[in-house]
Amino acid sequence: MKEASAGTLESGDILIQIAPAQKGLEIELQSSVAAQFGRQIKEVIKDTLEGLGVEDAYVKAVDKGALDCTIRARVTAAAVRATGKDVWKD
Amino acid sequence: MRNTKLVSLEEAIRRSGLKDGMTISFHHHFRGGDKVVNMVVDKLAEMGFKNLHLAASSLSDVHAPLIEHIKNGVITRISTSGLRGTLADAISRGLMEEPVVFRSHGGRGSAIASGELHIDVAFLGASASDELGNACGVPRSENAKSICGSLGYALPDARYASHVVVLTDDLVPYPNLPSGIRAADVESVVVVDSVGDSSKISAGAIRDSKNPRDILLAKSAAKVVINSGLFVDGFSIQTGTGGASLAVVKYIREEMIARGIKASFALGGITAHMVKLHEEGLIGRLIDVQSFDKVAAESIAKDPSHVEVSAVEYASGQHLGSATHALDIVILSALEVDTDFNVNVLVGSDGIIRGAIGGHQDTAADSALSIIVCPLLRGRIPCVVPKVTTLITPGKSVDVVVTEYGVAVNPERPEVRERLVAAGVHVVDIHDLAAKAGSIIGTPDPLPFGDKVVGIVMNRDGSVLDKIYNIK
Repeated sequence: MKEASAGTLESGDILIQIAPAQKGLEIELQSSVAAQFGRQIKEVIKDTLEGLGVEDAYVKAVDKGALDCTIRARVTAAAVRATGKDVWKD
Repeated sequence: MRNTKLVSLEEAIRRSGLKDGMTISFHHHFRGGDKVVNMVVDKLAEMGFKNLHLAASSLSDVHAPLIEHIKNGVITRISTSGLRGTLADAISRGLMEEPVVFRSHGGRGSAIASGELHIDVAFLGASASDELGNACGVPRSENAKSICGSLGYALPDARYASHVVVLTDDLVPYPNLPSGIRAADVESVVVVDSVGDSSKISAGAIRDSKNPRDILLAKSAAKVVINSGLFVDGFSIQTGTGGASLAVVKYIREEMIARGIKASFALGGITAHMVKLHEEGLIGRLIDVQSFDKVAAESIAKDPSHVEVSAVEYASGQHLGSATHALDIVILSALEVDTDFNVNVLVGSDGIIRGAIGGHQDTAADSALSIIVCPLLRGRIPCVVPKVTTLITPGKSVDVVVTEYGVAVNPERPEVRERLVAAGVHVVDIHDLAAKAGSIIGTPDPLPFGDKVVGIVMNRDGSVLDKIYNIK
């Protein structure tokens, strides 16, 4: 795995940056809706990465009010770029 | 020695008899460009005043320097229609010991007229004044430095305050008439470099939207207006400042021309859109409590059928002569609407104050038909919710809610619902809208409110509607 990112800082989007980590998944989240949705956003990020088989990674997410579908898309794109494993081909 | 009113700011303050603990007032006609509040409060701090009550018609981002004056005890109470920016953020987090009192524009006018909100000294910025204090918001000489148009929110202060100081950046020869602020009400006139930056009048709340969702909302809202039963020759209308509610005017205009319908008047905050319709002969009169942009401000300066009204004449609930009582249709925006049709326009879904009551309560209550236009979601923030974060306009005043997922009609207005259904408007149950929002975003965790009251929301009749708690 290498460092990679996907997404933007536009309103309604989320910027996901992924970097290699030794053990486990660490998610650092900044969000304009953290108080109400921070927990849900972290869960979506975690579930998406686990679904892609990514278990050890450091994720920095800067959220501007993205919906779950957007979060999943950005996390998937960042993970594909980081791992080089194209999940859309298969 | 003839001229006794023309003095320095410091002398005007000294003469006013202002004492610690008293109430000072300001208007917000320069919106984000206002220079009077900061200038005067800086001077009051320098002169050693403490414990003052600042009663402004509204406050915005430009008033962030008040944070220091609150911390050092110069200002200990605030009454306003709205708060925005870093000042609002700090107050939401518990900066002040006394809660901020929020009133609608009509509610503030009523409270000043009745004496419930007594103003000791009003400091009123004006774009032109003569040395006796006949003052207005439009240029009256070649040397004019500013323009803000209507001074509607300043007029109750001018009339009812114990002492009135006019600040102007263009002293013109007597008589500066006609003028909203009359010399008989004014004790001192202070000439300053600048009362406000006119280029910032339309900054802040007002956006002219090219957002396709706003345009869809505007088209839907126009369809509601056109089929409401009130869209007949001689109707009257007011719009708020949200992107969608401004765009509605464009679509209503097209239909007015197609059907040969003219409006008798447009009310409230007047925008360039309304001025255009007026100049085309589609709106008879513009009744202007606040000019929302430069075009509106220039129009009121030259057009006798574009008239200035005070906040009391505009929207007082206690005075049945106020203009809102003659208003047919109002189009308003919202931060949140709940399933009981209650509206919040003041506190964001993050618990931080970021808006203003404005004329929302007043126009919704008095108009024949109130239409709220808002998207179902803004990013991940829902606008149709089970319960509003803060109650500003009670649901009984709200008739129709327009979203991009359909139009909800208050069950108390079955006749409106019938007309809209017959016209092919997509009418939905407001509970379905809230459920739709929830299905997209999930259930939000509760906001981390503390137990300190930072704001009190007044209803326009002077009763308390809701309390705002500090956010952690």
